[in-house]
Amino acid sequence: MKLSRIIANTGEWLSGSGPHDQIVVSSRVRLARNLKGKPFPGWAKKAERVAVLEEVRTAVEQLPEMEESFSEKLDDLSALEKQVLVERHLISREHAAKGAGSAVVMNTAQTLSFMINEEDHLRMQAIRAGLQLDQVFAMINQADSELEDSLDFAFHNDLGYLTACPTNVGTGMRASAMMHLPGLVMSEQVNKIINSVNKIGLAVRGLHGEGTEAMGNLFQVSNQTTLGETEEEIIGRLNKVIFQILEHEQNARQILLQQRAETLLDQIGRAYGILCHAHSITSKEALNLLSFIKMGVDLGLFPSNNRLHVDELFIETQPAHLQKGLQVTKLGAEERDSLRAALIRAKLKQMPEPEIGKIPTNGSTTTSNTSETSEES
Amino acid sequence: MFCDVCKSKEATVFLTQIVEGKMQKVNLCEGCSKEKGVNDPTGFALADLLLGLGAAQEIDKNPAGNRCPVCGFSQADFKKTGRLGCSACYDAFAEGLSGMLKNMHRGSVHTGKVPAKLRVGRLRNKELSELQASLQKAVQEEQFEEAATLRDRIRKLEEESYAETALTQESTEVNRIAAVAQSSASSVIAEADEASKKLGVPKPRKNS
Repeated sequence: MKLSRIIANTGEWLSGSGPHDQIVVSSRVRLARNLKGKPFPGWAKKAERVAVLEEVRTAVEQLPEMEESFSEKLDDLSALEKQVLVERHLISREHAAKGAGSAVVMNTAQTLSFMINEEDHLRMQAIRAGLQLDQVFAMINQADSELEDSLDFAFHNDLGYLTACPTNVGTGMRASAMMHLPGLVMSEQVNKIINSVNKIGLAVRGLHGEGTEAMGNLFQVSNQTTLGETEEEIIGRLNKVIFQILEHEQNARQILLQQRAETLLDQIGRAYGILCHAHSITSKEALNLLSFIKMGVDLGLFPSNNRLHVDELFIETQPAHLQKGLQVTKLGAEERDSLRAALIRAKLKQMPEPEIGKIPTNGSTTTSNTSETSEES
Repeated sequence: MFCDVCKSKEATVFLTQIVEGKMQKVNLCEGCSKEKGVNDPTGFALADLLLGLGAAQEIDKNPAGNRCPVCGFSQADFKKTGRLGCSACYDAFAEGLSGMLKNMHRGSVHTGKVPAKLRVGRLRNKELSELQASLQKAVQEEQFEEAATLRDRIRKLEEESYAETALTQESTEVNRIAAVAQSSASSVIAEADEASKKLGVPKPRKNS
């Protein structure tokens, strides 16, 4: 199957639904595995990498869940195609930088993807909409168990699954949730949350993982440690923390509504105004403003049937996605900015102005009852 | 203030470390600080270590050699990349890595998923060592009837283990453990055989 056909549709994690998907955008679990007795990709010679690639790719393609799938060597993908996959969180930025001897295999629903010869021989992930870490773990765990039949994974009696980087040894598992936290950012509580989460061995990172900036008020919460706990224990601990952050975000929004409704409305209104009328906009500005629109949908200021349009814009305005439909050579930053503004204007045309009356303004009757109903559960 | 180590020279290097929420202060003189390696001008060795970046210094402690015998990866490579060369590196640099792993993770032993192929072997080894302990106890307590039953179960498990090793290439580690378990078992079994002969306990029954 061709990549263009797959990326014509947005992935399940974006268009689908799941528990708490207003705040928890997606849940993802990835497992790192290596073949026994073979040097790790970073240290292997090209011939060794190619041999591993063939062995792993064959095994992955034969999985029953990969019947309808896309499989390609990375050196057969264009830079733009690779970037599209990065923007969709289907491959990592590190993997996109790899050339000969690396490949990607993913299913058409874009819920499962397998990176071959990234930092480890195999990194496989499952991703879905909303908060459902247990379900995505079950999906990828099953794929892993099936692969055991045809592949011999490097496993140590004490250290568990062996990985190129000692930070992944043991379970080789990284579970994460992408959370949209504009309430915590606006009320300046997010740093406090990040610090306390870091203290308990979990990490909060930006949009594209390690070392990336938090744009559009999107944060990734993930486990930091992989050795000494079972997969279920790690996910259980992570789930608890995610629920707490979720609650804090809901509370922060309630408090903003009750105490700073004017500011909140101002931000949402300005975001709407700029996005509807801008003719040049960077991806960072677009994400940050779209975040307010998304929160506006959550708060009932915009009709809820606009939710998917807004969510799609988060991805469609990313540099590679902007250009994917065009048969042109790489656009410059300025051209992208105006293209992006045009795309947003077109999409938001279908969306009415925010309905200010829908939320209780400052000083009016904000009983806990109405605030609870405006916060959809 | 005197140096905490030599207790004779004036302390000029003050090290404050927070270990599991408790603050520890160490005062050192210049000589001792150099000796302990805390005079690193960048001064981040400790922080790096806690964050899992300074693994290279840890590996330096490994006296066995600077290279992995299997893939030829060196500690300098590790310092550069923060990644290991192959799975055997974990054994080659085990000593240096263990401290680092302890700082990096919540435990030092894997308790999660085990590949199915190895699961059987791991369980059998566990059962074997338990049976051997019971056998030893039975012999000591002169419960020879029970000892004979245990001996039969151990033999059966060992046969399974042999059969499987012939079929599949089990991990060398599992084999090594199995071999150790078997050799220790055979001496106990010989002892049990000897004892049962003396007391006229029948040899293992085929249909039991």
